[in-house]
Amino acid sequence: MSTIPITAGRQSRLAMAVADTVSVAGRNLANLWRTPQALIFATIQPVMFVLLFRYAFGGAIHVPGVAYVDYLMPGIFAQSVAFGGIGTAVGLSADMASGIFTRFRTLPMSRVAVLTGRTAADLVRNLVVVAVMTGVGYAVGFRAHTGAAGLLGALGLVAVFAYAASWGFVALGLAVSDPEAAQGAGVPVVFVLVFSSAAFVPLSTMPGWLQAFGAHQPVTALVDAERALIAGGPAAGHVLACLAWSAGMLVVFAGLATRAYRRISR
Amino acid sequence: MDEYYQGEVPGVSDAGIEVSGLAKAYGKVVALESVSFTVAAGTVCGLLGPNGSGKTTTVSILSTALRPDEGSARVCGFDVVADAAAVRSVVGLAGQFAAVDANLSGRENLALIGRLSRLGRRSARERAGELLEGFGLTEAADRLVRTYSGGMRRRLDVAAALAHRPPVLFMDEPTAGLDPESRFALWEILRQLVAGGTTVLLTTQYLEEADALADQVVIIDAGRVVEVGTPTALKARVGAVVFSLGFTDDDAAAQAAGVLAGAGHRPERDGTALRVRAAGGSAALVGVLRALEGSAPEPTSVGVREPSLDDVFLALTGKAPVTPAGRDERKRGAA
Repeated sequence: MSTIPITAGRQSRLAMAVADTVSVAGRNLANLWRTPQALIFATIQPVMFVLLFRYAFGGAIHVPGVAYVDYLMPGIFAQSVAFGGIGTAVGLSADMASGIFTRFRTLPMSRVAVLTGRTAADLVRNLVVVAVMTGVGYAVGFRAHTGAAGLLGALGLVAVFAYAASWGFVALGLAVSDPEAAQGAGVPVVFVLVFSSAAFVPLSTMPGWLQAFGAHQPVTALVDAERALIAGGPAAGHVLACLAWSAGMLVVFAGLATRAYRRISR
Repeated sequence: MDEYYQGEVPGVSDAGIEVSGLAKAYGKVVALESVSFTVAAGTVCGLLGPNGSGKTTTVSILSTALRPDEGSARVCGFDVVADAAAVRSVVGLAGQFAAVDANLSGRENLALIGRLSRLGRRSARERAGELLEGFGLTEAADRLVRTYSGGMRRRLDVAAALAHRPPVLFMDEPTAGLDPESRFALWEILRQLVAGGTTVLLTTQYLEEADALADQVVIIDAGRVVEVGTPTALKARVGAVVFSLGFTDDDAAAQAAGVLAGAGHRPERDGTALRVRAAGGSAALVGVLRALEGSAPEPTSVGVREPSLDDVFLALTGKAPVTPAGRDERKRGAA
């Protein structure tokens, strides 16, 4: 009786999950890199928003005590990762439709790596997009008054927030069955959260009912924390609120995503 | 959520498949009512049935992509639910939708599947090169799969299923939609695998394909096994060829049917047409025509063809396959 040489060595579950996450993430990044329209969606659109708000609308928006470009950029960082996340949901539902997920489910691989590989690739994409947007911001006059430490702290917070949010987009991509539906369901949610937040204009300029919503949602928590870190002043409360939102989203969305992924094989 | 099997894996000599009373429903739609069959190690089993008969559901359950509602199945002795992780290390799945990544090259696809099949980075790379060569894809190896033809994609898909050298291979309609040349090329690959000892479960809608490749054929319809047997035994029951005779009107066809039945044939009439299943060979055709000569109206047309899946179902169950596809076909035929 011959034995089949399939196990190259015994790995712990964790080592296997990490190795498979790296493999799947590499595959997703290759896909992103080789689908130029996805990259363009992730970078060109926020650049256009920077130009639009800096030069076209910005003159009409007055935020007391701060240059509008410095107010704007933290909002742009949040908006970039929020809209970029829709690509996560779209890509994931495309994988489900294509049959690649069926193959993954029949491989002796880590189950969870299909999802962690997706969110790890998104983290890399978000870091690249945020770095590009920082460069664009500096080109149009944005400055971090607290120096590199404040700026890096704020960008780190954006990355943490975006990672938690990308599990929500994973859950969405698994819940719908085709890419168009993922796009259709993702855009309105992101649109409402971003534009009702303090990303572009102070909440105090909005009607009361919208202020109430805008003040109690995650995108506002993120931009408030970013601004505190970049502009200086008391930041601990804002940072904690943002981290709490991120932790909450991570737990809830990762749970939903895992459940939705399990349900596929039922 | 993670389950891995890291124990010993049986050799090819134990690579059989046992399926017992599998049932599966998607909501209210029953895909499998009760499916049972066995496949001996190192043989090819053809799972034959029309669209929607439950072939893909069966293969999905056996390859652990789907859980059954009822019943059980063992692959290489491992239960597909309780020992799913072990099953995954001994099976490969190639599907009709060619599940390869269009934005990766052929080599990258195979290396990825190899790594995810626990080959290790280096062995996965080596295995990818080996498979590309074996499947005639070396020249296209570093091109993105989105530039591949349908036949090339399908070959890559089968190659990917073989990355970890599984002793059991599931192929879900591997040649659906392929041109004849690509189809025969895939058949040849399959034959080589089987010669090497691989157990293959192949789903197909083509009787011809099951006949060419399978040691045993399991016919399913509407989620139930209708018949199990060797292709030879099946053809003995169905007939190797079907003669179709056309007549000027219903009366002429009916008269000819009477004459043929009297001569020991089993004609089936459909309006002005008759079909007669026979063992094959020109002698059978001469026999049919001679029986008609002088005793019945002359046929206006005579055709000889291989029996279709519909013929098989008609012969075995006395009715055409009960599936949405079958119903559509009959509707089109009637229109």
